[in-house]
Amino acid sequence: MTAIPITIRVQAEPFDSEAEVASLTAGRTDVGAVVTFQGLCRSEGGSLAALELEHYPGMAEAEIRRVAEAAAARWPVLGLAAIHRHGKIAPGAPIVLVVATSSHRQAAFEAAAFLMDFLKTRAPFWKKEHHADGREGGWVDARETDDAAAARWGGNDA
Amino acid sequence: MRLLYFAWVRERIGKTEETVDLPAHVRTGADLLAWLKTRGEEYDHALERPDVIRLAMDQMHIRQDETIAEAREIALFPPMTGG
Repeated sequence: MTAIPITIRVQAEPFDSEAEVASLTAGRTDVGAVVTFQGLCRSEGGSLAALELEHYPGMAEAEIRRVAEAAAARWPVLGLAAIHRHGKIAPGAPIVLVVATSSHRQAAFEAAAFLMDFLKTRAPFWKKEHHADGREGGWVDARETDDAAAARWGGNDA
Repeated sequence: MRLLYFAWVRERIGKTEETVDLPAHVRTGADLLAWLKTRGEEYDHALERPDVIRLAMDQMHIRQDETIAEAREIALFPPMTGG
């Protein structure tokens, strides 16, 4: 069991990355490194009006937590947060936030990358495109490059 | 058993969830997909490539060759595209 703070949320509303960082750093002096990652919705050259994120309530939170626990077991991180939005998201708006804190930078960098890589391949979310010209959009296909990114961390970590 | 469908699997089958009584011969995830395919055109269309369908049993990922005998809830969905 890990004793570090792990915040996992799936929500429709935007997140406040500064507030999430503050919640992992306030009142402590052992944190020497904070890595944050935010994934934003792209317009794909203006063709995309919005992404619609569907998720599996309950499993989405549980699966992200399993990945975070695996990251906490592998690196000496002091805190982790992962927040993923669902619903319709406009180009330029944030979709996902990951925060990792540690005493030294390497653990926070690697844990944040690991968390994102496995979140993409294991957390039950699906993106549907809505086109700017009103055409019915399709479901986004999973990318082999995402599987490869997760595979670089080795076997059965998450 | 409760079945849940997501993304294009949900759209093609035309429902978000249903409760089914499994025939005795359905033991694994692959058995479930093969049986569901026989339940109508919409299922056959949704599951036309069963190899790409992902399964979760009681909100944990499973492989298609794993047993589902003890499951309360099975979810069927395409490969994930979050993040």
